[in-house]
Amino acid sequence: MKKPLLAIITLTLIAGTALAAPMTFDFKDPKGVNNAVFKLDAPLEAIQGSANGISGTVTFDPEKPAATKGKIVVATESMHVPNSMMQGHMHGNQWMDVAKYPEITFEAKELKNVKTSEDSISADAQGTFTMKGVAKEMTIPVKLSYLKDKLSQRVPNMKGDLLVLRSTFKVKRSDFGINPGAPKDKVAEDIELSLSLAGAAAAK
Amino acid sequence: MKRTLRLFALGLAVIALLGWLVLGANRGWTRTSVAVKTVDSITGLEGIEYQNRFVPGVELLGTSLLAAGLLAGGSFLFKEQKTT
Repeated sequence: MKKPLLAIITLTLIAGTALAAPMTFDFKDPKGVNNAVFKLDAPLEAIQGSANGISGTVTFDPEKPAATKGKIVVATESMHVPNSMMQGHMHGNQWMDVAKYPEITFEAKELKNVKTSEDSISADAQGTFTMKGVAKEMTIPVKLSYLKDKLSQRVPNMKGDLLVLRSTFKVKRSDFGINPGAPKDKVAEDIELSLSLAGAAAAK
Repeated sequence: MKRTLRLFALGLAVIALLGWLVLGANRGWTRTSVAVKTVDSITGLEGIEYQNRFVPGVELLGTSLLAAGLLAGGSFLFKEQKTT
C-alpha cells in the first residue's frame, strides 16, 4: 500500500515541477513583426526609424515572473530611416558604425516591482544595455503578456505559447559615444526606444 | 530669350509645387521609403514595413523654387527684343 502511494506522490511532484518550469521564448520572429522604434526629437529636426533585426531569448515562468531573465539583440544593420542618405550616414562610423558594432543588446538579470494584472505583467527590468560598445547598467520598464497556447494561431503547425514584450525608455546619445559633437538642436540628445516584441516557446 | 527663360522658370516652379503637393506635401526631408504599419491580430503588436516610394521634401521644393527664381532673375540680363 505504501509503495503505490509513494509513486503517486513522486509522480505528482515531478508533474508539478514540470508545469512550473520556466519556459524559454525565442524572439526571432518568423513573421517579422518584432521591431524596435527609435525617435530623436530635436528642436530643428525630428528623426524616426525602426529596426526589425530582432533576436534573443527570454526565460519566463508565469508563476515566478520576477525570475524572468534573458537577452534581446537588435542588429544595427537593420536600422532603417525613410531617407536613404540619412540611413547611410546613420550606419557610418560617425554615428552607429554598424560594421564595427553589429548589435545593440539588453541583457535582463531580474525583474523588480512586478505588478500582475488580469492580462499582463508590468515590471522594471534590471540589466545591462550595450550600444556601440558601451555597456551601462539600466532599469527599464517592461510590460509582458503571456499568451498560453497561442503560438499555433500565429504560426500554423506549431504548438506552444507566446510572450509579448513591450518597453519604452530613453537613453542619452552622448553616453554611448554616438557622435557626441553633433549639434543637439539638429540631432536630439535623448533617443527614445520602443520595443514591440513577441517570443515563441514551442511545446515539447 | 527673355520670354523663354521666364516661361521656363514659371513651368519649373509650377511643376515643383504641384509635384510636391501631389506626392504628399511632405514638410520634412525627402524620403525614399515610406513606413506602413500593420497590426498582428494575435499579439496586438504594431509591425512596420517599408515600401520604396519617393516623397519629395521641403529641401527639394525649395531648391526648385530657388532655381526658378534665379532663371526668372536671369531673364532681366537679356534685352527686350524690339518688334518693328
